[in-house]
Order: sequence, then structure tokens, then C-alpha cells
Amino acid sequence: MKVIERKYLENLFDQLKEMGYDLFGPTVHDGAILYDQIESANELPAGWRDKQEKGTYRLEKSGEPSVFAFAAGPHSWKKFLHPAENLLWRAQRTDDGFKVLKDPEPKRKKAFIGVRSCELNAILIQDKVFLNGLAVDASYQALRKDVFIVAVNCTHPAGTCFCASMNTGPGATKGFDISLTEVLDGDRHYFLAESGSSLGDDVLIDISGHDALDDEIATGKKALEDAVGKMGRNLDTTNIKELLYANSESPVWDEVAARCLSCGNCTMVCPTCFCTTVEDKTDLTGQHDERWSKWDSCFSLEFSYIHTGPVRSTVRSRYRQWMTHKLASWIDQFGTSGCVGCGRCITWCPVGIDITEELAAIRNNQTEKTNQI
Amino acid sequence: MEETNYNTETIVADPMVPTLYRVENYVKETSDTFTLAIAPSGSAAEIKTAKQKQLDAAPGQFNMLYVFGMGEVPVSISASPAGGGLLTHTTRDVGSVTKALSALKVGDMLGVRGPFGTSWPVERAVGKDVVLVAGGIGLAPLRPVIHELLARRNDFGRVVVLYGSRSPADIIFKNELKKWKAQPGVIVYVTVDRGSTSWHGSVGVVTRLIPKIRFDPANAIVMICGPEIMMHYTVDALKQRGMSGEDIYVSMERNMKCAVGFCGHCQFGEHFICKDGPVFPYDRLSSLFRKPEI
Repeated sequence: MKVIERKYLENLFDQLKEMGYDLFGPTVHDGAILYDQIESANELPAGWRDKQEKGTYRLEKSGEPSVFAFAAGPHSWKKFLHPAENLLWRAQRTDDGFKVLKDPEPKRKKAFIGVRSCELNAILIQDKVFLNGLAVDASYQALRKDVFIVAVNCTHPAGTCFCASMNTGPGATKGFDISLTEVLDGDRHYFLAESGSSLGDDVLIDISGHDALDDEIATGKKALEDAVGKMGRNLDTTNIKELLYANSESPVWDEVAARCLSCGNCTMVCPTCFCTTVEDKTDLTGQHDERWSKWDSCFSLEFSYIHTGPVRSTVRSRYRQWMTHKLASWIDQFGTSGCVGCGRCITWCPVGIDITEELAAIRNNQTEKTNQI
Repeated sequence: MEETNYNTETIVADPMVPTLYRVENYVKETSDTFTLAIAPSGSAAEIKTAKQKQLDAAPGQFNMLYVFGMGEVPVSISASPAGGGLLTHTTRDVGSVTKALSALKVGDMLGVRGPFGTSWPVERAVGKDVVLVAGGIGLAPLRPVIHELLARRNDFGRVVVLYGSRSPADIIFKNELKKWKAQPGVIVYVTVDRGSTSWHGSVGVVTRLIPKIRFDPANAIVMICGPEIMMHYTVDALKQRGMSGEDIYVSMERNMKCAVGFCGHCQFGEHFICKDGPVFPYDRLSSLFRKPEI
């Protein structure tokens, strides 16, 4: 493990730029932490922290120099790897029909700086969806290839966080090239850096710093251990698949449907939600067609539409589909939960529906039912 | 901008890019159903690659058919090129894309992706009685099975085809039904929901035929394709004849955008209809079947 003083963090940026990476990281825009292209460590959100609760997100000044002292914002890295709108191919009319043209995939290498463990796990989950199935998603593969990941061990979980319950954080354990733990210790501000790949080794070796001392390692470890206790939520995953499969007719679905606006915000901010629809865009000449893939949400009525009408016409059935898929059927489909405990669906729900509360309600309802019998 | 043309290496790599085909033959089956026989278009090498891909198409699988500027729809294969003929699809014009498909003429171009999904268990049926139960357009995905059963008639026991249609005017594959019926050892029953003055056949739902047919429930494979409610009652009637759920197969339908498990639309419980189905042994779905809004 290596210690990089705050003033040398720029070395990491320079090193990655020199290797041909475009850098992406957290920035402050519109009162929120958003992911965007950045050039320097000085663009990181120094001195900002977030407050998150059901249906609430606020950034505030912390008065401290930390650059990663916040939890997940409304953006996730999904926007770069599985873009909200993606051109699949174009078609052009010819004399005797049409031809299909596939544009080459972008070739620029990307480095993601400040990837939380929950988000890293979300990326690994989407890898399973798009790269490990019967078919490989060519667009995702092209965007995912050569991504350099600088993870940040999360020492500032938000009130809506529950990654400790999902076993996806707060420390990054796999899937990164370099992981950083930010430490503020009196006047000192430094990062404990660990390599997770041979590429990570190559990058770290050229950055100014020293081998971490035992007390520096202990300080970082303690900050991470303390973070577990700072999470505002927890979710009991005991027999979760069986619980949800057995409770498809629970009265809790009716209760949550009475509050849910079916707006789909939760699916848009979720870092693992992968559903898309396709749209054909023709121009006025009728000579060109573009086929776009766009994020879709199982909360829309059109999502389940077949010729006899929508299969899921009630909000109850759509909320049930989302939550049962996320927490239960995902396990059958991909061998992992679809939830990483980032809490975005709770924070960004306009009416403050909380997935951890709803699951607990289903569990309580089942327990009551069992006790009655 | 650099352009990679159709039918190159890119296409093999990207499952979302279609292969170009042309309509070779168009048959209007009924007022709202039609059959398209299609063949690949392009250079000799492109045609060879496309043909090879569809030769592997098994009865029960489907293709995504694209009409320029209109979009794409999943349609079951109603005759497979494996039998020597053309790749064929039969469907009903119920939406904007299927209406555009129905408006295609011989020589017109369309895009094809596939074949996708699971197939009917023809090999499991060897040495057994085979009962096919179809409702409406559900006869189309079962037609390649009938072709294969007839081509290898001695490999199977009794062959029974039960087909329910809304009305005599809605019956598809009329001439073929007569041909199948004329084959030795093949029983074909057609029933309609509403008769007409010239209809002398059976009237009533297709499930009512099941108690009457001769087959060995202990040594039979049943394949059902039709509306979910029809499949539900057909399974009930078959269970009353002593059939086990593992020998009954159903073909499911859900909204599909990608056909390869990326878009999430076709989920039915933990199953993706596009890649885990559309053909399932009934036992795999029994806990979900007929559950409202799953």
C-alpha cells in the first residue's frame, strides 16, 4: 500500500492522461455531484458533502479539504458504459431496397476516477448482463473495454446507503485498477493507494509517495470500519428470493402502489437497471432510418405491451416486477442480487418510497400471517 | 464517417444488426393473416452465411423482422429452410410493424435477426405419441413440427393435431390442413368458436376435443401454442387425461425489443422469454402461469 499526499494526487491524473485516457470523475453541477469529464484533481468537489434522505438530496460545504467526502449522486457510471441513448445502426434506402450501416465504436480509452464500491459492484453486475449471456452487447463491450478504474473506499456513506447489507461495500475488494482511501488526519490530507491490477501497479509506481506506515494503514482501516456504522439503512437479505417469490400477492404491493407515481425515477438512477427500448428515427425524406436503443423503465405501461394490451396494467404489478426482479429473480438470472445498496432509488423517489422499508413490510406481513396460522 | 457495410464481420459481432432478405413469396392466409417466404439478399458469400445461420433454425424458434423505418417485431418461423424450402413466417397484422410487413410485396427488402430462442422437443417425442394443440395464429409456430413429424413419420407414434380458430374464415393453412389429414396415422381436428352456415365441423373451444382423442398419456409429448388462457385450460384437460407437466410444452409471448436478453422486456418471473423460451416445459412455468400481471 502506498501513501499519496493530497498535493501529489495530480500525478495520478497526469499519469493517466499521458497513457491516453480521457478522465471522468465527480464534479459539482446543479447542486449535485455529477460525473463528467475532468482534467485535473483541482476539479474534484473539494469541501462538499451530501445529505441524503427519502426524497431528499442536498449538497453542503463541509469546511474540510476532502475531495471524496460524499456518497452516490444521481449519476452512475452506467451513463458512460450503457448510455441513455445509443445509436445501434443506420439504414439508408437504395435503388432496390436499403442497406444497413454500422458506425465504428468510439476508440478513446476512459479512466473513471472516484468509483464507489457499490458502483464498482454495479458495473460488475452489468458486465454479467451484457457480456456473459448467450450474446455479447457489442456497444457495451466497446465502451467497457480499456476502462481504467480508480475506486474510492467510501468513508462517508449517506443516510440512504445500505451497501454493508448487500455485501458490496464500503470498501472496494475487486474490479479496480487502483483503490484510494482518503484520510484527513489533523493537518495531513493523504490517500492510501492500493493496486488491483498489473496496470494499476504500473501507474502507482510512478506517483510520488511512500510505502504506507502501520499507523497510516490503521487510520484508513478505521475510517472504513466506522463507515459501516454510519449507513442510514439496512436490508435483511435472509431467504430474500424465497420471500419475494412466495409473496407475489402480498397486500404490501397494494399499499406501496397507492403512493408510487410509477414515474420510473428509481430505474433511471439505479446503477444496475439495464432495460432498454428501441426507437426508429426516420427523416422527412424517408431515405434514412436510425435505430436507437434508449433506457426504458418497467414502470411504464408500454413496457409490457403486447397486441392484447399491457401485461402489467396496474402500478401494483409494475412496482412488484421492479422490486422482485431487483432483489429476487436477478439472483436466478445472473447469480447475484441486482441491488448494490447505493440508496439512489430511495433518495430520488419523489414520494420517498424506500425499498428497505417495503421489503421489511413484506417480511413482517409474512411473519404475521405465519403467526396467525 | 467510416462506414462498415452490411453483412461484414461486424454483423457477426453485433447481435442487434439485421441481415438483409427479400420477399420471395407472399400468401394472404385470411383477412388479417399472411405468410412471407423470404431469401437472403447480397453477394454470394453473404447469402451463404445468412443461409447457414437459418439452416440451424429449429421448430419453435423465432426471428426479429425489420421493416425499413417502421421497426422490428418477433415472428415465429412457420416453415424452416431445413426442409429444403424458404425461410417462412406467418403472422397477423395487429400493430404498426406487422401492418407494414403485411404491405410488403414480392421483391421487397426486409431485415432479419435470428434465429432466437428454444425449440419444440421433437427429439424427445421420438417413439411417442405427439399431440399438437394450436389456437388461432398459434398454428404457425407448430407448423415446422408437423413438417418434421411427417418427414420422419415412422419415428413417432400417433400424431394428433387439434386446432381451434375463431371462425371458419379465420382458419390458416387450409390446404395444408387437408393434406395433413389425408396422411395415414395423422388425426387433424379443427374446431371454431363461432360456426357459419357453410361450416359442418366442430364448434367450441379446442380444449373440449382433448377428452375425445386417442393417445397414450403415459407415452406422449404435447406441444401447445395459443393464447395463455387457452393453454391454461388445455393443460388442465391434459392433466385430467393423466399427462404429466414435464411432457407438456407451451410457447409463451411477451413484449420483445432485442431477443437476446439485453432489453429486459420479455421477463416472465425469472425467465427471459426470448432466450429461456419461448418454448418451455409446462412444469418450469407452473408457479407463474395464469398469475395475473406477472
